[in-house]
Amino acid sequence: MWIKINEREYELATGSTLDQLRQKVKPEADLLIVNGFPASPDAALQEGDRVVLIQRGEIPVEDELDALLTARHTPGVHEKVRSACVGIAGVGGLGSAVAVALTRIGIGQLIIADFDIVEPSNLNRQQFFLDQIGLPKVYALRDTLARINPHVHVTACHLKLTPGNLAELFTPVQVLVEAFDKADQKVMLIEEFASRFPEKPIVAGSGMAGYGPSNTIGTERCGSQLFVCGDGTTAAEPGTGLMAPRVGIAAHHQANAVLRLLLGLEPSNGAIETACKLS
Amino acid sequence: MQIILNGKPKEVAAGLTISELLKQLRLDIKQVVVERNASIVAKQGYERECLNDGDNLEIVHFVGGG
Repeated sequence: MWIKINEREYELATGSTLDQLRQKVKPEADLLIVNGFPASPDAALQEGDRVVLIQRGEIPVEDELDALLTARHTPGVHEKVRSACVGIAGVGGLGSAVAVALTRIGIGQLIIADFDIVEPSNLNRQQFFLDQIGLPKVYALRDTLARINPHVHVTACHLKLTPGNLAELFTPVQVLVEAFDKADQKVMLIEEFASRFPEKPIVAGSGMAGYGPSNTIGTERCGSQLFVCGDGTTAAEPGTGLMAPRVGIAAHHQANAVLRLLLGLEPSNGAIETACKLS
Repeated sequence: MQIILNGKPKEVAAGLTISELLKQLRLDIKQVVVERNASIVAKQGYERECLNDGDNLEIVHFVGGG
C-alpha cells in the first residue's frame, strides 16, 4: 500500500504499524503524526495515510523542506518561487512582513536594506521581538527569517539607501518592494530604480495608517512598471498611527503582488481603484 | 491640447511642463511619481519637459507610512 511520509509517497507492506514504519524510515523520531493527529506507535496504517515523523528539535534539511513546499505549492509554482530574487527597501512595518511572507513560501533570495535599529515603538506592527531591541533591523530580521527557513538566501545591508548606492545593490532582483516610511523617500527610490531598470516591476506602499475599513486597501497598477498597495490616502500622522492590522494587510498585498509577478500574473484586478486616484 | 491623466482625458494649455501641471493640481513635487508615456520621469525633467498633445500621464501621489 502507498502512504505519504512528510509529503513524499512511500510504499509499505499492508498491515504495517506506525512503529514498524518508524524503525525503517526514521528510528529517532519521537513524535508520530497520522492524518494531522498525534498517534500511538502500535497504530495500524492504512492506504493513503499522511504520516509525519518528527524528531523534536531537529531542523529539516533543505531537501525535506523543499519537498514540503513543492507538495504544498505544486512543483511549477515552487520552482519559480525558489529561483526568484526579490529586493526589499526598508524593513519596518511593510518590509519586515513582506520578508516573512516571502520566506514562508520559500523564496530563493532576498536582498534587504535598512539603516534603522529596532526600537520599542516598532513592536506594535513590525516583525521584531523584545529581545531584538537595539539591533539593526536587517540583522534582526535575517535571524528571524533563518528560523522560518534557513535555506532562503538573505543578503542583509545595514545602510541608508541613496540614489548613489541603490541601483548596484538591487541589480540582481527581479522585483523591488518599496517599503519606506517617508513619502519623499518612496518617490526617490522609485524614480532612481526605474531610471536604471525601466523593465523591472516595483511594488510600493501608500496609505495604510490608522484603523479604517480593511477593504479600502487595494493593489493598483500605476503605469507600466509600478504597482501601489494601500488606500492611497491615509498618511501616518499624530492621531492616525501605523498599526499591525492595516500595515499587515498592505504588506501582504505587496507580498502577493510580488508572488503574482514572479508567476507571470497581473497583480491588480482592476476592480479596486485606490492608489492612483488624485486626492 | 488634450492629455490623458490617470486614464481620463484632460484639457491643458499647450506647452505646459510637468511642474506647472503639478502646481495646478496642487500636488507636492516631492511626493509624486510621474509616468509619461510608459516611462517614469526623473525630477530633473519636470521643469524641462513640455507635454505634448495626446500624452499619457500617470501621476501617483504618495503618503507617508510603512
